[in-house]
Amino acid sequence: MFAFFISSGLFLGWSLGANDASNVFGTAVGSKMINFRTAAIYCSIFLILGAVISGQGATHTLGKLGSVNAIAGAFIVALSAGMSVYLMTKARYPVSTSQAIVGAIVGWNFFSGSPTDYNSLTKIVTTWMVCPLLSAVIAIVIYKLVVYFISTIKLHMFTQDIFIRYGLLLVGAFGSYSLGANNIANVMGVFVPLSPFSDISFFGWFNLSSAQQLFFIGAVAIAVGVFTYSKRVMTTVGEGIFKLSPVAAFVVVFAHSVVLFLFASQRLQHLLMQLGLPPIPLVPVSSSQAIVGAVIGVGLLKGGRGIRWRTLGGITSSWVVAPVIAAIISFISLFFLQNVFEQEVYQSAKYGLEPQAVVKIKKSQISLKTLEQLFVMTKELAR
Amino acid sequence: MELRVLKRRLEIGKRIDDFLDNVSESGLLFKLGVDSFLKGNFESFEKKLEDITHTEKQGDSLRRSLEEQLYVQTLIPESRGDVLELLENMDALLDRFKGAMWRFEIERPAITAELHNDVRDLVACVVEAVEAMVRSARAFFKDIAAVADHMHKVSYWEKQSDKVSTQLQRNIFRQEDLRLSHKLQLRDFVIHIDHIADQAEDVADQMSIYVIKRSL
Repeated sequence: MFAFFISSGLFLGWSLGANDASNVFGTAVGSKMINFRTAAIYCSIFLILGAVISGQGATHTLGKLGSVNAIAGAFIVALSAGMSVYLMTKARYPVSTSQAIVGAIVGWNFFSGSPTDYNSLTKIVTTWMVCPLLSAVIAIVIYKLVVYFISTIKLHMFTQDIFIRYGLLLVGAFGSYSLGANNIANVMGVFVPLSPFSDISFFGWFNLSSAQQLFFIGAVAIAVGVFTYSKRVMTTVGEGIFKLSPVAAFVVVFAHSVVLFLFASQRLQHLLMQLGLPPIPLVPVSSSQAIVGAVIGVGLLKGGRGIRWRTLGGITSSWVVAPVIAAIISFISLFFLQNVFEQEVYQSAKYGLEPQAVVKIKKSQISLKTLEQLFVMTKELAR
Repeated sequence: MELRVLKRRLEIGKRIDDFLDNVSESGLLFKLGVDSFLKGNFESFEKKLEDITHTEKQGDSLRRSLEEQLYVQTLIPESRGDVLELLENMDALLDRFKGAMWRFEIERPAITAELHNDVRDLVACVVEAVEAMVRSARAFFKDIAAVADHMHKVSYWEKQSDKVSTQLQRNIFRQEDLRLSHKLQLRDFVIHIDHIADQAEDVADQMSIYVIKRSL
């Protein structure tokens, strides 16, 4: 039964692979710098590695937002996210899987009566806003460095061509790793608490947790999306929407990959905390918006001509519209699955205080009016 | 494997250099050939004509193999069209030099001694314009920031050759002892030679667009 319910997540993974792989390798393939087969192989391998090795961070944040506790509910959450992405893409509205899945989880929270952690929600939405801005800033810095490097060492056009080709392949691999690490949470995050797998140890060399096994399956679905459907999208990206020179494409993909990596790497987060610096939130962000941010960064450097500011308007509204639509679809679908198909879409959780705790509360003379807050805190601690 | 690919790219760069050497060489051969013709040393002129024909053949075969390599190995896809056009335009300059030499050989115009210096000046200006164009093309491949500097010199030498050509035509038509048909033949020669500099400037103008496209 788990295999059936997980299908919605796999569909979401497939559509992610079909669409978002083009952000990483689109310009390189569209401009014929790298052939599609090479791009698809590199993209799939590094996507799977990124998802399995570094997928935990962003998944943890999504889990804090709402922990879907019934498999049928998780099925609907992933399906609603997929459906809203499909519908809004059809309506030519820029939307990302990250925004859709957050909305769908919040929809489940409302339906099941589970509290939504507004701290996490605020953190997630703020990160979406920061993502394109940060991408633009990083793109400007990288572009300046690349231009300085090229004009200083004066490479022959053909030598530069080979450097750019390998550079595109390298940042494409890094981008695929970051995409897998950051976006696997969207595909498999809701299924993690319900995973039927147990940890596997490979001759004691390394362990594969149940979540990592799920991430592997999700990443394979993304890879299938890359191989089966991304070629058309890549050709469109490379030739149509934004025509970039190979050097600019290298910069844009590099900036996008850095941003996705920053919002996915637990190691980097630990390192920053050790250094006493504020940690970077690990949140699934939109790969497409990171790309658009980087393109705008490069565009601004070139005087800002040719930037389609309307795209920015679309991105800004998508931060609100996409999750709201996904939440509505999720709520309605959960209602139908529960009442028409009689499936358990959530398990009611009851929270109480131990008698000893009640005694302690009374002794401490804590007002009972604040007990409601304590319930919420107890639930969070239990989670 | 990477080293092999890098080596192949460096080879193509060298072949482009060889091709541009051919264009440059054809200008020098033209200069020497016209000089021999004016001195009446036809044996030396014939030798230069033979050399320029050989250089043109070499240039043609290099250009064809470069075009093939650029397409088969899908190199520099974003600038491939521009590079092919540039190579063809440079080859056309080479052809012009050869064509002018053959015209000397076929028509054997009687250029009066008073005009010799002017003709030499015109040829020198035209060859300088093409030389500056060759340097611009080399810079386009190796150091794009230096292209503008060389292209400026193409325009300078084209203007100089226009001035010399106008003066030369004036001198031709002011020579009273020449028949009109002779004057017209000499004028055609001057225009034909001057046109090589005009063509070099056209190539430079086109290249300025390629440079804008490639600028970072």
